Amino acid sequence: MADPIFIAVAVLTVGTAIIALEARELIYGAIALAISMLGIAGFFLLLDAPFVAMFQIAVYVGAVAVLIIFTVMLVRTQALFTTKEDKKRKGAGIALMLIIMASLGALLFVSGINGQFGNFDSAEAIDFREIGELMLTYYAPALIILG
Amino acid sequence: MSELVDFLIVSVVLIAIGIYGLVVKRNAIRMLFSIEIIANAANLTLVAFARGLPNAQGQTFALFSIAIAAAEVAVGLGLIIVAYRLYKEIDVAEFRSMRG
Repeated sequence: MADPIFIAVAVLTVGTAIIALEARELIYGAIALAISMLGIAGFFLLLDAPFVAMFQIAVYVGAVAVLIIFTVMLVRTQALFTTKEDKKRKGAGIALMLIIMASLGALLFVSGINGQFGNFDSAEAIDFREIGELMLTYYAPALIILG
Repeated sequence: MSELVDFLIVSVVLIAIGIYGLVVKRNAIRMLFSIEIIANAANLTLVAFARGLPNAQGQTFALFSIAIAAAEVAVGLGLIIVAYRLYKEIDVAEFRSMRG
């Protein structure tokens, strides 16, 4: 159905996101989160958005993930932390996650968005100059406030 | 070739994983991971629609969102470090000095 590169990047992103939450050691979770963000950057590249992909890598993987690793280094959690998590909360959390996935997914498919964007791949990609133009003319106040 | 709906499905799965982490986990840093996963999924949705329409505003919004999320992570990590200094723990169930 979808091309194999998309499936590979999707498996990488979702898999490392799950590992980031479930890994026993916090530092492995932080590294898995960084790899998940790299996977998202890969998605941006698949969507013909190289500018956003490079921005994502520079900011998220380069700054945010490194900040998180520094914090994990400074905070030392005891080994008996992981035994305090109870099963009922985890079961309720998994049920909630499945309900959210099913309901949002059903909403997606019922809304008929499946066939609407027929020219998804053949449409023109966005030039990064267009983004720059938008940034400096229309979104200039937001940019100044953000700075 | 991959359709728009494939990217949206991945985004929905990531949002669900993030919400699961936010609900179940008691470690403050893992909750921060979950917030980051949710923000990344939202950015993915933005850029996917920007490709589908095609509209440059989606990508611009995603750039702003990335920058703001980075600032928010910095603030969150500062809070976690201060809380660790105070309580010697990062289990959010232990942050109870304001409890009546």
